[in-house]
Amino acid sequence: MGYTCIEKIIMKNLGQNHVRPNDIVTVNVDRVMIHDIFVPFVADKFEEMGFEKIWDPEKVVLIYDHLVPTSRVEDVRHFQIGDAFAAKYGIKNVHRGDGICHQLMPEADYVKPGDVVFGTDSHTTTYGSIGAFSSGVGYTEMAAILGTGQLWVKVPETIRVTIDGKLPAGVMSKDVILRLIGDLGADGANYKALEFAGSAVDSMSIASRMTIANMSVEAGAKAGLFAPDEKVAEYCGVSIEEIPDISADENAKYAKEIRYKAEELVPVVACPSSVDKIKPVTEVEGTPIDQVFIGSCTNGRLEDLEIAAKILEGKKVADYVKLIVTPASREVYRQASEAGILETLIKAGAIVTHPGCGLCCGRSGGILSEGERVVATNNRNFLGRMGPSSVEIYLSSPAVAAASAVSGRIALPAL
Amino acid sequence: MEKSKVWKFNHNVDTDQIIPSQYLLLPTIEEMKAYTFEPLIKDFAKQVQPGDVIIAGENFGCGSSREQAPRVLKELGVRAVIAGSFARIFFRNAINIGLPAIICKEAYDKVKQDDVVELDMSEGLLKIGDETLTCTRLPEYMQTILNAGGLIEFLNKEEVE
Repeated sequence: MGYTCIEKIIMKNLGQNHVRPNDIVTVNVDRVMIHDIFVPFVADKFEEMGFEKIWDPEKVVLIYDHLVPTSRVEDVRHFQIGDAFAAKYGIKNVHRGDGICHQLMPEADYVKPGDVVFGTDSHTTTYGSIGAFSSGVGYTEMAAILGTGQLWVKVPETIRVTIDGKLPAGVMSKDVILRLIGDLGADGANYKALEFAGSAVDSMSIASRMTIANMSVEAGAKAGLFAPDEKVAEYCGVSIEEIPDISADENAKYAKEIRYKAEELVPVVACPSSVDKIKPVTEVEGTPIDQVFIGSCTNGRLEDLEIAAKILEGKKVADYVKLIVTPASREVYRQASEAGILETLIKAGAIVTHPGCGLCCGRSGGILSEGERVVATNNRNFLGRMGPSSVEIYLSSPAVAAASAVSGRIALPAL
Repeated sequence: MEKSKVWKFNHNVDTDQIIPSQYLLLPTIEEMKAYTFEPLIKDFAKQVQPGDVIIAGENFGCGSSREQAPRVLKELGVRAVIAGSFARIFFRNAINIGLPAIICKEAYDKVKQDDVVELDMSEGLLKIGDETLTCTRLPEYMQTILNAGGLIEFLNKEEVE
């Protein structure tokens, strides 16, 4: 019997020629990411554990993104503690405002196909888009990895999701993952790996795959994986021959197999306040909104801003609606600026903010007020995520978000 | 068996409900714990008593990786969280900090808020009224970490041995 993608990554990591779901194994960690919110807690636990040095400082990446720029006086403490920790233990890979961690990790070449990566953030699953097994851990576990370079994991079962065909105009990879979360439920992939395949997936950009891998955790998945192809090789600046063979075998065993015909998928939203409350946009069309947010580690990449600009070109954001656009990284910001995308967005009335997590984590850059409603391209619409509990968050693709900004109501993109 | 008062929660209780993001910047868990479950129950931190248990539906602790979620519960003296299932990061975090996260599929439908139940953690038994439910056992490796009191204690103990 063959092996799934995640089984192959774990086997490669262990140097073994066999593993099976539910085996408990200790993997050697290739890279870790710690962000600004949790760095003080990691530092504290690391010292409490009595470690004197980090197993390999080169493999540690510290990223300030949730609190950049600061919105409250006390935020600075996190940078001070982070900087002191980095200096004391020789961490050189520190990013202070270059962008959101999950955009930077692949963008700045910290992750390679076949790697095992952990981060102090649940959306660490994003790097599955380039064939890495990456997942979120708590700060105590992160401290233990810093000291030992290892972590125990249970080899997960895999759910294979095949999407064949061509997505209709106006349907983005965000609609695909939202639909899947709706079908699986918010716990439908708990402890399992999702593995994506099919001709619609093959024709997706890396950015589109990142959106899917990023939100795999919203169905509870430990990983959301795409077998590396030529596009991944190009993105990572390597030849396809250099990438280890981690593609699933033909006769791999899956816990479940799900198939979609791309042509049958439609634009959808996740309604408040649950990621699996999925409805076609046509069912909620016309619902009045107060704000639109295009950004985050889910949908703040160049192609997301590009499609928003295409929809907003020559139009104006509706009166009383705030459109907040947050590029996922400084590099995305620069590219969007160079391509004239930002100019189009600004002319349409968008508020373009610095790269960071700001609004998605309810910290800064457009917190909503009692009873307001927002269409947002990020990954969570939980109660109280972007303001008081009475705020209603609808999750959507950047195309739906941009169309809604123009109409002032939830709207279908005309593409 | 020890008696515990029940705090009943629904399915899919996410970590933003357990401890909202804005309080993660407070420097200590001690300061954070006052805001536990704030979006759901205003005065939870004042009302909960050491030794109480949480009984919830499926997928407890979904959402963010914040370890503060199990930490505030432990800090408030919650004895155990009993749920139909747990989201994976919350589950790992709970065990790593020494907060028992117990899987019991039937408990949710059989209890009401403020019920008093009896929990025997060593045997994995939960007594609700006249009925005794058997809870799912942890994998041995996790049980060892939990028994040690958490990951730090476990690692320190390993070093000594």
